[in-house]
Amino acid sequence: MSEKIYIFKRFERFWHWSQAALIIFLLLTGFEIHGTYRNFGFEKAVEYHTTAAWTLVGLWIFAIFWHLTTGEWKQYIPTLEKVDAMLQYYLLGIFKNAPHPFRQTTLRKHNPLQRLAYLFILVIVSPLIWITGWLYLFYDQWEHWGLSSLDLSWVATGHVIGAFLMLVFLIVHVYLITTGVTVFSHLKAMITGWEEVH
Amino acid sequence: MKRKPAARWLGILTFAWLFTANVPAVWGASAKSTADHSKFKELQQEFKSGPEVTKACLSCHTEAAKQVHRTKHWTWEFLNPASGQKLGKKHVLNNFCISISSNYPACTACHVGYGWKDATFDFTKEENVDCLVCHDTTGTYQKPPGLAGHPVVGQPLELPPGSGKFIKPVDLTKVAQKVGKTSRDNCGACHFRGGGGDGVKHGDMDSSLAAPTAEIDVHMDAEGLDFTCATCHKTSSHDVPGSRYTPTAKDDKGALIRGKEENRNPATCVACHSNAPHKKEDSKHAERLNHHAKKVACQTCHIPAFARGGVPTKLVWDWSTAGKLKDGKKFEIKDEKGHVIYASHKGDFVLGENVKPEYRWFNGEITYTLLGDPVEKSDKPTPINRIGGSASDGKSMIWPFKIMRGKQPFDPVNKTLITPHTAGEDDTGYWKNLDWIKAAATGMRTSGAPFSGQVDFVETEMYWPVTHMVAPKDKALACAECHAKDGRLAGVEGVYLPGRDALPWLDKAGWTLALLALLGVLGHALLRIVSRKK
Repeated sequence: MSEKIYIFKRFERFWHWSQAALIIFLLLTGFEIHGTYRNFGFEKAVEYHTTAAWTLVGLWIFAIFWHLTTGEWKQYIPTLEKVDAMLQYYLLGIFKNAPHPFRQTTLRKHNPLQRLAYLFILVIVSPLIWITGWLYLFYDQWEHWGLSSLDLSWVATGHVIGAFLMLVFLIVHVYLITTGVTVFSHLKAMITGWEEVH
Repeated sequence: MKRKPAARWLGILTFAWLFTANVPAVWGASAKSTADHSKFKELQQEFKSGPEVTKACLSCHTEAAKQVHRTKHWTWEFLNPASGQKLGKKHVLNNFCISISSNYPACTACHVGYGWKDATFDFTKEENVDCLVCHDTTGTYQKPPGLAGHPVVGQPLELPPGSGKFIKPVDLTKVAQKVGKTSRDNCGACHFRGGGGDGVKHGDMDSSLAAPTAEIDVHMDAEGLDFTCATCHKTSSHDVPGSRYTPTAKDDKGALIRGKEENRNPATCVACHSNAPHKKEDSKHAERLNHHAKKVACQTCHIPAFARGGVPTKLVWDWSTAGKLKDGKKFEIKDEKGHVIYASHKGDFVLGENVKPEYRWFNGEITYTLLGDPVEKSDKPTPINRIGGSASDGKSMIWPFKIMRGKQPFDPVNKTLITPHTAGEDDTGYWKNLDWIKAAATGMRTSGAPFSGQVDFVETEMYWPVTHMVAPKDKALACAECHAKDGRLAGVEGVYLPGRDALPWLDKAGWTLALLALLGVLGHALLRIVSRKK
């Protein structure tokens, strides 16, 4: 018998899905700007990418406020506890139908590996993308800001590295949501808020 | 329904009025000028030659000839203060008709003077200045090649002699009485026809600019702004600003203020449009475009192509194939539009219309390969002129160019270019005799340069900055014209262009990583499925 717990609140779900859509859209338009393929055309791709980026900034302002006021930011405090168990589970246990080593609760909804992954995104990937993206966007202000010696190729390269890391995260993330109690239980939780647990 | 006679007359009168109303546009100054030259006693006489007219002009405009004497239009000489090179038509070579030195009577049809047939021409004589070629408003004043800058006066003249083609004489009295400000036609008589024919040389100047549509030139648009050449090339004391020898590649000092003496070129885009020409109400990308304008010349985006007016320009001139005969006679080959693409006396041409320019960093420095400068035959074309510029010198902008390419005669022993004698009815002119050795010998002797007696051909190229034929703003280049892998700026280095540039290793590493991640999760999924089934 499985029970259900309420894990993801309404705002959290809204944040997650709108952020997911924005990130996928940013990847699509971003790689078009990068010259990887053609869809909207360079000019439109830049416009959409810029609009999506500002929208994400707005979303993040709300998200940060929400995390701070609800105390949910604590969910992202990293821990190494049980990381080895998690790794062992994904590498071996999962194939033997072994029990999941982490038990989800409303207070600890991310498993230790997740926490590490999100930390990596939060501390490495996001700053890289935001800082280079911001500079990229305000390229025409560099002189004003005393950054004339900065080279656009470095900024662009940093931004592209960030994009690739985000893409890899996305691939793995999308796969790992199928590793819940059932293939769709994590997905359902992110839609309805209710997660099935053992 | 039949029109009433009155209505018909009204129609005819309206038509006549429309027609005459258009005349002042052609006769420029007459509508606005405070002087009607036909009322001047000095001009009410029968003139027998150009210099006679000039004398009459100078009786009032006492300083005009002295002013003209100081200009490049008169001296055909220019000392480049930056490089120290002595330039001007008198000294430079090009890869069209090559050189004027032994071809004066033909070439000086475009001199603002009378009688420059050889080196003995008196540059100090005031009456040798040709006022009419720039100030004629009738469109009847013409100076055919071969007469050293004189028009045909008195009797019709057969030219070339024995050809059966006669040129009508000019009514100098009428022309003199109708003088006015310069028009596009005046400047165009020579500048549209540089290189020996309509549109040949520049590509951004041809007879389509005589009365262009806005599409061809948004400023000269005959039904719109209707600029003349002098609107931008605003002349003072007969000295026309805007030099091809020392162009202004970058002007970051903003728009010129009327009356303020700044000693700057008034013929630049910036002189009117300033350094921040894009306005927020016109474009949502105004700021970004203004930032582009710090490195990209206005012309680069706003002249999407040259030779847009239906007149082709020469892109390649190969002299090395000249001299072929068909049945013992000179012949021509024409393309499907009737333009000559081979002529026995000139060789092969490649023509082009709506030509996309080539783009280079350009800081305004132009260095010429002059007669006597060493020329090596190699796989690389010899530059007739070289342009300076780089992404990092702080003085350069990305500019559009017409790059004229060709093959032209050079002396393989002395390793110099050759100034052949081309035009003329004598027995060494190449166009008549098709003999390179004789033509080179005469030409080099006239130029005062040694000649070994041998003629070979060398590939050359010549840079012509493109600056005319500015298109309406909605026809300016879109972003993706340059921000693309094989865009217009494909070969322009020293700047990172999103959409064009990427680090190949980074892209490879990034996609490999993404692929590995994908394969990893797919493999994991497969293992899960297999293990479940057990």
